[in-house]
This record gives sequence, C-alpha cells and structure tokens, in this order.
Amino acid sequence: MDNAVPHFRDPHKTEFETAQLLRNATQQAELRNYKDFLIVDVDSHHYETEHLGEILKYVDDPTIRQLASGKMSVGRSGLMPGQLGFQDMGGRITRYTKRKTERTPPTPHRDVSLAKYWMDAIGVDIACLFPTAMLHLGMHPDVSMEVQLARGYNRWMTERVLADQPRLCSMLYLPLNAPDDAVKIIEEFGDKKGVTGFMVTSTRYRPIFDNANMKVFRALEERGLPLSFHAGYNWNDQSLAQLNRFISVHALGFTFFNMIHMTNWIINGLPERFPKLKVLWIESGLAWIPFMMQRLDNEYMMRTSEAPLLKRKPSDYMRDMFYSSQPMEMVNNRAMLEETFKMINAETQLVYSSDYPHWDMDLPSTIYDLPFLSEQAKRNILGENARKLFNLEPVFSETKLAARLKG
Amino acid sequence: MAEILVCREGEMEEGDVRIVASGHREAGVFFQDGAYYAYRNLCPHQGGPACEGMIVPKVLAVIAEDQTAHGHTYDESQMHFVCPWHGYEYDMKTGVCAGDSSLRLQSCAISQRDGQVYVTL
Ligand code: FES
Repeated sequence: MDNAVPHFRDPHKTEFETAQLLRNATQQAELRNYKDFLIVDVDSHHYETEHLGEILKYVDDPTIRQLASGKMSVGRSGLMPGQLGFQDMGGRITRYTKRKTERTPPTPHRDVSLAKYWMDAIGVDIACLFPTAMLHLGMHPDVSMEVQLARGYNRWMTERVLADQPRLCSMLYLPLNAPDDAVKIIEEFGDKKGVTGFMVTSTRYRPIFDNANMKVFRALEERGLPLSFHAGYNWNDQSLAQLNRFISVHALGFTFFNMIHMTNWIINGLPERFPKLKVLWIESGLAWIPFMMQRLDNEYMMRTSEAPLLKRKPSDYMRDMFYSSQPMEMVNNRAMLEETFKMINAETQLVYSSDYPHWDMDLPSTIYDLPFLSEQAKRNILGENARKLFNLEPVFSETKLAARLKG
Repeated sequence: MAEILVCREGEMEEGDVRIVASGHREAGVFFQDGAYYAYRNLCPHQGGPACEGMIVPKVLAVIAEDQTAHGHTYDESQMHFVCPWHGYEYDMKTGVCAGDSSLRLQSCAISQRDGQVYVTL
C-alpha cells in the first residue's frame, strides 16, 4: 500500500470542459432513459457579444459599423445598453469565466459547438438559442440602433449559426419599439430555416397595447409564428432602483416586466383581437402565474367595464398561453407547485427550458423527477409541447441515437 | 463501499481539494486548518459536483449596536465551498448548506494510517 499512487483530480487545476462539468447531468440522462424521447429546450443562451465583430458585418448602416469597429466589447463600446449585475456571483458559477477557455474545432461555428457540448451532456435534442447582452437592447434610447442591431444579429444567426443545424432554432429578435421595422423583419426572416417565431425582450417601456403594434401581431398571427416575451431586469427602473442587492433585482425584475406586459395583453383584449396568435412567456419561473390569475380575475369581476373586450376571465386567457419552465421555484413547495401545474394546464401549456449556461439553469430532471406527473405529462413538458408549438421536425441527438443502438 | 487512497500525509496543502472516484461515485476531499473533510461530490439541489467549486469564507453582514447596517465582510474562520452549477454554499467542516441547515452533503469517512490518507466511498 505504501507505494500506491493516488488517483485524483484537482478541480481547480483541470482544463475546463462542459462535458466534465455536467457529467452528473449525463448520468441523470442515462438513468432516466432520456434516449427514449425528445427533449426540446425552449430557452438557452449564447454570448453573441463574443462575436460582435462578425455580427457587425451584417449591420446595414455603415456608420454604426464604423462607430463600433474600434471596440469589440458591447459593455464597453456603448453600442448596447449595459446592466449592472453579478450574474457569476464573483466567480462562484465557474462556467462564466472558464467557458472562454473551452476548446472548439474550427467548424462548425464556435457557438454551435458550445451549444452541442451542453445539449449532449444534459440530454437536450433541440435547443432554442437566444442572445444574452441583447436582452437589454429594448432600452436603447435610439430606436434605429435597436432595429439595426436586431437585423444584423438576425442575419448573422440565420446565416452563420442556424443554417445546417437541425438541432438548433431561435425565436429571432423583434425590435418592437419600431413596429414598421418589426414587420419587415418578420417578412424577411419568418420563413428562414431554424426560425420558430419572434422574441420581444421584456425590459422595455413602450406599452404593448399601442395601436402601432397591431400590424406586428397580425403579421405573426397570419404566418402562424409564435410571439414570446423574454424576461429581463433593469436595475435603473425607478421601482427596482430601490433594491440594493442583485438577488433582489433579479428575483423581482425577471417577473416584473412580464407581469406588466401580461396585464396589458389581457386587459386590452389582445387575445380576442389575435385569437390564433400563440404567446409564450419566457424565464419568469412559474410562481407569478397563479398570482396574476388570482389578482386579475378578482379585479375583473368588479371592474368588468374597464376590460370590455374580454369574454372570459383573465385566467382563462392565461391558460391558453404557453410558459417556459425555468427558473422553476422548487424549494419546499411541492403542493404549491402541483397546484400551479394544474392552474396553468401544464400538460399542454408548459415547455421545458434550461436557460443554460446562465447561473439559474434547470436540468430536464427538474421536470422528470416531479412525482405528480405521469410519464406522458413529463414527455409533453420536456419536448412534445414545444414540438407542437414550434412545428418542429423531431431530431434526436447523435448521443441518444448511439445509446439506442446499444439498447 | 471502497476505501480510496487520497494522498500521502503532508501532500495536500491548506485549501487544497482532491476529487477521487470509485466507479460513478465521487468524493471531494478538503484539507483545511490541518484537518481532512470529505463529502460525496453530489449536490442535493440538482445533482451538481458540489465539491468542485470556489472556496470562500462565509459572508457576514456588519450590523452596529444601533442596528444600522455597514455592509458585508468575511468570516475567515468559517470556510465555505460553492457548488459550481448554481451556487449553493456548504460549510467545509460540516457539509451543511448555508441557505438551509436541514440540507447537507453526505459525509465520507476519512482514515489515516501508515502515512497515507484514505476516504471511504
Ligand atoms: S446542483 Fe448544486 S447548486 Fe444546483
């Protein structure tokens, strides 16, 4: 025994690899037989600012390309609104800083390789990719900048990232502050490969009931393309600016803006005006939904005259909408969670999302391990509901196909 | 259960951590204040590798006699390690979760003999 050599790994000196970081998730996938069914992740992210140099080449306005050409980092360049924040908790979430060192092959695009690393590790077959820093672009005081960057990003996404990648899709950035341009973007990109709909970043201040937006909603409804609202925060918002900790602004901010848009959407009768438009609410978790259903129903019964377009209670419209699952509040609240799933018709309306690689990501096991769901309900939430919502061709990961062959 | 060799005595330095495995089971072994501590490398939250993250002291709020708040500081006598997946923090000497004391990592027995350190996993 004296001569035995210890076999160990020093995690602080090991080269960063996503597959290594997520190996316990891979084990979860094997134990739960994810190979037997499709898993679609409706909200995951890439760091588009790491490729700003590439994206800028797709921006039409040469003066913006020139303005941004000196500095490639969005946060410092002043190209996009930045946000205070400590998403990585001072290095506690190791993938934030270490991912930059992860090796990828020359092709396909680095973001495709990085996405597939984590998708394969956690058992996801198809992922809907969203940007990160651009989630704050709706607050740019120069609306033309939102339009220019949105179009440049959308072109880059469809040409460089989504093309030839059947396992990746995206709801492209919709610059809703400029409704005419938003319609043009729907017309230009709506039928591109991998485009499953359009996404509005929720941190913005032009009310969605503005008549100018109706042509946008009509354009989406006519094409059968879903509209999503991706949550975010704005620490400079007058109410949220009272909060002194990031935990506070994140906990409230990521529901705050979606609550405002949801209220405007329902009370102004938009579900009646666009009955075929499918609406998806992303990254606000689930706890806000029963809260909103109860608040709006209670007030609606007393103040029906203020929402004359409604033919049903607000919660009835909310039950027709779709919700992404993450970050699912699940600390000692099993009974409440079960009730929430019932209230939102989770079996058909809830769609799994990981939010990977962000700090509050959820694995598929957060859904699969819920004891109150049937096997079919789990599979619906993890994949089938999204497949139907996005009209996706089911494509399974090579990892799962290989595992099936092994039996 | 298997007994796994971790190191020779004196080989691990203050603040070092080693991950050792027996099949799919892993343990994180820490050396802190002259003693070894070992836990299953499996976070009760979503199953992350809890022992592989940053090591930081517990954070304390600085509250004066008159209950006014004066920011935060570290308690260097109480070291935490942080699960790298989402940030759950664990007390290095007890494996108890900082956010909920009813939650703890499974501890693994350490034995030392003939100048070698072993963990039972
Ligand atoms: S799995 Fe450890 S913090 Fe989430």
